[in-house]
Amino acid sequence: MFDAVTNPLPHRPGVGYKAQHFNAIMDDAGPVGWLEVHAENYMGLGGRPLAQLRHLSEKFPMSVHGVGLSIGGEGRLDADHLARLKTLCDWLQPASFSEHLAWSTHDSAFLNDLLPLPYTAATVTRVADHIDEVQTTLGRQMLLENPSSYLAFAESDMTETDFLAQIAARTGCGLLLDVNNVFVSAVNLGYSPQGYIDAYPLDHVGEIHLGGHDEDEDETGAPLLIDSHGREVVDPVWSLLDYTLAHSGPKPLLIEWDTDVPEWAVLLEEVKRADAALNSIAAVFA
Amino acid sequence: MITTQSAFRAAVLDPTSPPPTGLRNPDGAQATKRFDVYRNNVAVSLTDALEAAFPVVAKLVGTDFFRAMAGVYLRAHPPKSPVLMFYGDDMPDFLAGFAPAQSVPYLPDIAHLELALRHSYHAADATPIAPDALARIAPDTLPNVTFTFAPSVHLIASRYPLQSIWLANTTGGKIGEVAQPCLVTRPEFDPTVDALTPQQAAVCRALIDAEPLGQALRHGGSGFDLGPLLGLLLSRNALISLKT
Amino acid sequence: MSKTTSTLALAASIATAVAGLSTTAHAQESEKCYGISLAGENGCAAGPGTTCAGTSSVDYQGNAWTLVPAGSCEETTIEAMDGGEDRMGSLEALTRDVPA
Repeated sequence: MFDAVTNPLPHRPGVGYKAQHFNAIMDDAGPVGWLEVHAENYMGLGGRPLAQLRHLSEKFPMSVHGVGLSIGGEGRLDADHLARLKTLCDWLQPASFSEHLAWSTHDSAFLNDLLPLPYTAATVTRVADHIDEVQTTLGRQMLLENPSSYLAFAESDMTETDFLAQIAARTGCGLLLDVNNVFVSAVNLGYSPQGYIDAYPLDHVGEIHLGGHDEDEDETGAPLLIDSHGREVVDPVWSLLDYTLAHSGPKPLLIEWDTDVPEWAVLLEEVKRADAALNSIAAVFA
Repeated sequence: MITTQSAFRAAVLDPTSPPPTGLRNPDGAQATKRFDVYRNNVAVSLTDALEAAFPVVAKLVGTDFFRAMAGVYLRAHPPKSPVLMFYGDDMPDFLAGFAPAQSVPYLPDIAHLELALRHSYHAADATPIAPDALARIAPDTLPNVTFTFAPSVHLIASRYPLQSIWLANTTGGKIGEVAQPCLVTRPEFDPTVDALTPQQAAVCRALIDAEPLGQALRHGGSGFDLGPLLGLLLSRNALISLKT
Repeated sequence: MSKTTSTLALAASIATAVAGLSTTAHAQESEKCYGISLAGENGCAAGPGTTCAGTSSVDYQGNAWTLVPAGSCEETTIEAMDGGEDRMGSLEALTRDVPA
């Protein structure tokens, strides 16, 4: 359906928009070049959320990031929800739409978490069919994001990077590479995060995510990282970002901070660090 | 070995059940604590959503009680839609039937009010009628006038001093001593809660149900003065069209 | 009350309501509303949101039933009163504007 990744977001830092930062962002957004919103929080029919979104979109390129479509679900996609996404995208005309390699709804219950799926030929087909339906309905290319994994499925018979490469090839979708998720999954499942990046189909990347995680351990004492989005990005993840950018070149780069959301000034420091990482790699690729 | 989403869903919502088979730690052992990450994400995120949605209910019963109760609620009524801004529509009925909450009999009405506030906040925008639109109508056709209300308007019945309970637990104030049905409106972007008398509420309900003005007034009883109610509806931008 | 009298009373109360408005109407400016913090007077304002974050706080048991309400409800005993119940259970009104 799509020959190449055609994501018009600028190769600059973006930030996950939180309503409490509206005034700060409108006044002086610093190096922020674009904003991302969670689609489901803008599915009311009016009022302040949509009014704010309209104002923001007049000033910034926007990315709509879905967190509830359940693309990895065993059942059919929720047609009502897909219609709501279409309404939002048709109205806002965002530069980008992305969703997750995960499921969250089963038997009509929405569980509000990005739940994992095994990587098999059968799940490739299921996910590819769902992405075809999304792209056809929305009339646009979507980006698919790699998950944070806490455990593995006995039935999986391919790697996540192979899975994503097959999905991108079959559907023409782009990929959203969450570098923190790569780090979290690699630590949790015991593989090399750099090895993951080496195997990842970087040509399909339309956007990169960075966020903070928490540290715990499992019952055996093995490290167990949780993708909490509630603190600063840690140094090893910044290093993994540099490693990734050295191979991919500059990309739209988002800072996500979703829980215990700090003052804008704190978030801005993270954005500046992302900006510096992009600037240094842009110099190399220039 | 296939791990179905049915098995995953059931185990996520039931912390007493073993984790589904076919889920592995990196050493190959059956995952246990790692599966609990998902249990935790589901329960905590939905509990947080309910606490954000019903802050006055939570304040009335206390955080510990509310969060434990939310654990029961979210398992009995998991969200039916990924749009969490409206999660909790079953809360008033749930509270009415939840034995440990019976000592706070006005709790369902407060939950109703808080639901209405959120629905109002996210309701479609609408242009109110001009303040003098009614004054331009010939007096003898006034009894035939019907109104369309803004989609952000809700009327909450209550036999309790509902507005003052809500106020006392938000901005402060004393609890009143008369029944206060509440009118929720959204003059612009922020929902507003006004107390009505039971008579005003009865007339307002009739008007919302598109009864003609003359007929609706009868629900207020003899001597009912429409002025204060109408002034409130106009000043809150609650009326968006009228027909004669 | 005759039809004429009630019509006159109606017209008079409308006149009163509209006259009372002239001093209060248009007190709101739309732009200022962008500035109000969502954490302010409306507890409902932000509503529960969705994120793609997990959580590390541990709380999924959900069956701690030794609890009794222990919040601000303890400060006052509030009795039910007559007159507010009528036919106004407004669940219909609540669901009328929920998007499909």
